[in-house]
Amino acid sequence: MLDYTNAEVVLETRDLTKHYGGVHALEGANFKIHKGEHVAIMGDNGAGKSTFVRQITAVEQRTRGDIILNGSKTQFDSPIEAREAGIETVFQNLALADDLDVPSNLFLGREKVKFKLGPFSILDNKAMREATMAGLVKTGVKIPNILNSIQNMSGGQRQCVAIARTAAFHSKLTIMDEPTAALGVQETAQVENIIRTLKEQQEPVILISHNMRQVFDLMDRIVVFRRGRICANLTIDGSLQPEDVVAYITGAKTGSEFPEAM
Amino acid sequence: MSQSSHGIGGLTFDDKKKARAPEWNVFFALVLIVAIFEGLGAALMGQSLLFDSADRFDSIFNEARLKIIILQVAIIGIIAIGSTQVIILGGIDLSPGSIVGVTAMIAMTFAQVAEISAGVPNPKLMFPALADLPVIVPVIVGLIIGIIAGAINGLLIAYTKIPPFIATLGMMVFARGAAKWWSKGQPISFPSDSYAAIGAGMMPVFIFIALAILFHLILKYTVYGKHTYAIGSNEQASRMSGIKVENHKVLVYTIAGALAALAAVVLSSKNLTAQAGMGMMYELDAIAMTVIGGVSLSGGRGSILGTVLGALIFGVIISGFTFLKLDAYYQEMVKGIIIVGAVVLDQYRQKRNAARM
Repeated sequence: MLDYTNAEVVLETRDLTKHYGGVHALEGANFKIHKGEHVAIMGDNGAGKSTFVRQITAVEQRTRGDIILNGSKTQFDSPIEAREAGIETVFQNLALADDLDVPSNLFLGREKVKFKLGPFSILDNKAMREATMAGLVKTGVKIPNILNSIQNMSGGQRQCVAIARTAAFHSKLTIMDEPTAALGVQETAQVENIIRTLKEQQEPVILISHNMRQVFDLMDRIVVFRRGRICANLTIDGSLQPEDVVAYITGAKTGSEFPEAM
Repeated sequence: MSQSSHGIGGLTFDDKKKARAPEWNVFFALVLIVAIFEGLGAALMGQSLLFDSADRFDSIFNEARLKIIILQVAIIGIIAIGSTQVIILGGIDLSPGSIVGVTAMIAMTFAQVAEISAGVPNPKLMFPALADLPVIVPVIVGLIIGIIAGAINGLLIAYTKIPPFIATLGMMVFARGAAKWWSKGQPISFPSDSYAAIGAGMMPVFIFIALAILFHLILKYTVYGKHTYAIGSNEQASRMSGIKVENHKVLVYTIAGALAALAAVVLSSKNLTAQAGMGMMYELDAIAMTVIGGVSLSGGRGSILGTVLGALIFGVIISGFTFLKLDAYYQEMVKGIIIVGAVVLDQYRQKRNAARM
């Protein structure tokens, strides 16, 4: 297993905190992810996983704490800014336009243009098609014809299109929120295959998942959230057992033995 | 690239897997309707609808009827080009008919001549100071009226978040009122020769075709078109993707308003007069052409080409009924049935697509 402690830090959070009125949904989260590292975020429902992701992607504004992307503190006012800075999120409910084809979805909101003319800029369809092909080849997705609208594609193919965005845009960090929760066995395999491909390309990934087998197969490290706090930071090596992770998730074990193992 | 039959690995770019363009379905419907009228014509009238039945050797088609078919849908067709974009965006626009009314009235005021012939003053002249202006003035004034009305529609829909149906219904009633208020209900007539030339003869058809081609290309090849389809398909995803949804909505409704204004200029020029009731119910015919042309009322799907074919279906039905010497009442009844039928077909297509997923 590779050691990432000396690799470049892509994203770091210090004391990241979010209160909804009196509810402390996220409390003092210190988190790091390095270049090429794949980190799983696990935890029970309401443990703070999604809140954590919503702060990083600026879907919500944090109560306090710092988010440091590539060494500099950031303040994103909207998810769009976070995306432009290179944090790409694949949501559980896909943010895709069903009636458009694959290249249009990949380049939605940031179309390549041949000729600038304000809103009437001429699209560079050829360049977008080629970039789409390249992005899909990277992810190894099979799609009968990328110029068909995506509404007739399978859930797996659609999820792959959503993930292929990250490959096409060389994002700095990909966050996936339960990308296989709604997928069948073969489609799950497709998506996992893409995650492996991203690993080979040294693209960092944060994966939120409840699937222990998936996490152990694909990830380098597990960060466990419990009651709004990070309670464990576990490197996946031969000695870590799924039962241990479950123990942290349910609170049977506490993280005192892993205070700052980042 | 490998073409394994399993899910993983390889990417295909197979033209055989390309879905058939939905416009073909509309085209087949057009052919079918023509065939029905040809059949009825042969059986009942002993004549052909579109083909030359006078046995002249120099022509295949009945050109006079072809011209009428397209001429009678050209002006509403110009409005339908705007309706198509609004409906693809996921909206609806009920105001263009009334915008035609108010624009025709105001534009015509700037197009009047002082004397209808030497020494005979124009009996309908509204503002003597505005007589005998160059033709560009009424056209620009008309466009400005349409742009303002469309922009108000767009701003209301984008920023107050009221449903497009309500916003444009308000504009429909308001603009009709404004059209009546402008001249206290009096018709405005006797435009200059150059204004009258805009809608003379086959000009409406040429203008309709030119605008259809222009907007077909814009929808297909520009960012504007892509964003229109994207917002109609999934507004939330479009917003998340960084599209400025509100600005775009204002732009689309403004363009629809401008197209209604152009239709008003062509119509008032063709009729050589403007009346407050002009364009009444045009919006419904425009929406009908759009829907018949395969544009989905739920947004995200359709094209200008489809709408042009939808307009032709409309024209063939109207001409066909006249050709068969049937009452105009039947015409409207059949139009109603076809509109509902087109929407039912669209719903059915959507359900079938959803089931396939």
